[in-house]
Amino acid sequence: MTLLAFSALVALGSLGAGLLGSLTGLGGGIVVVPMLTVLFHVDMRYAIGASLVSVIATSSGAAAAYVREGYTNVRIGIFLEVATTVGALSGAALSGFIPTRALAVLFGVVLLYTAFRSVQAIEEHSAARPSHPWAIRLRLDGTYPGPSGPQAYSVQRVPAGFALMFLAGILSALLGIGSGAIKVLAMDQLMQLPFKVSTTTSNFMIGVTAAASAGVFLHRGYINPAIAFPVMIGVLAGALIGARVLANAAVARLRTLFTIVVLILAAEMLYKGFTGGL
Amino acid sequence: MSVSDLNDEDVEQSVGRLLQLGVGISALVVLAGGIALLSRHGFQPVAFHDQAQIASPLWSVHGILRGAVALDSSAVIQLGLVLLILTPVARVAFSLIAFARQRDGLYVAITSVVLALLLFGFAWGRA
Repeated sequence: MTLLAFSALVALGSLGAGLLGSLTGLGGGIVVVPMLTVLFHVDMRYAIGASLVSVIATSSGAAAAYVREGYTNVRIGIFLEVATTVGALSGAALSGFIPTRALAVLFGVVLLYTAFRSVQAIEEHSAARPSHPWAIRLRLDGTYPGPSGPQAYSVQRVPAGFALMFLAGILSALLGIGSGAIKVLAMDQLMQLPFKVSTTTSNFMIGVTAAASAGVFLHRGYINPAIAFPVMIGVLAGALIGARVLANAAVARLRTLFTIVVLILAAEMLYKGFTGGL
Repeated sequence: MSVSDLNDEDVEQSVGRLLQLGVGISALVVLAGGIALLSRHGFQPVAFHDQAQIASPLWSVHGILRGAVALDSSAVIQLGLVLLILTPVARVAFSLIAFARQRDGLYVAITSVVLALLLFGFAWGRA
């Protein structure tokens, strides 16, 4: 394959990943690494480096829009970034010692979990309970725009959420993903934040988490310009198109499509990991 | 309370613009480098599955800057990627200034920790 053909095909695949990721709100980063390794036989380390870069681009691009809407809780985001950045640096330190096959299996497991989360129903939590003492100390409580003015919400189980964010940071660096599904799990399920606050604050944090390990990978030579270029441009273009057409998209059907894609990729990554085909 | 809410909102608006600007500039630089790379080496065969890694000047910011000044297409792409990686770092630095202006000591401390961790990550492994 020539460089031109490779770049065009990777850009096209990345565009699809970015489009699906932004339309479903699940992020396209998780599709990029399996696509590069399974379809294009790119070395896993290069795939992870390119994916991390695309994650920073989409997170930062989308965060701008979300922050304006008023759902993002900047205090919660910054407080939890302490855990995700420590996790990301730990993951970057670990990544040199973990064999590619183990990474592929881990990736498969995270893909399965993402597929499982994407079909679960969204449940809203009651705001009646008082906040966790740490949340009060840290002034994490917030409001979000509701149909009848600002709605207040409380914040539960802060230490558990913080601990899970550390894990999200490790996985982000090991696999080159945003770990959005795990970040939302921490904020939505453990800290009992409203769903839209969880997803937008997660997105706000993803870029910072990815940036923590991307610098390490750059110095190690895992960020290859010829691979990162079509991936970053493709994913970003897909995400921008996705944000434009979001209003009149059939989100439910797209989620199903995304879930099927993620399940196929999970099977591929697990198979390759166990048979050593990568 | 209402005053601090207003500040928070202003800060968030500026942060949003900063992020868009950072991503926009870095995407343009990466695209320019990418087009140059394809016009020069587009018809060469590629393979990215060899594990052999030969140390390259494109692994350090210094080497990237030198290459970009010489208009080496790969170095220009890397420069765009460095700008992209620095965008969230700039966002955190910006939040730090905003919290300092609000005299919010607790969040100045928390944000400083995050910024220090990011800068440590960026400097890590530098030759």
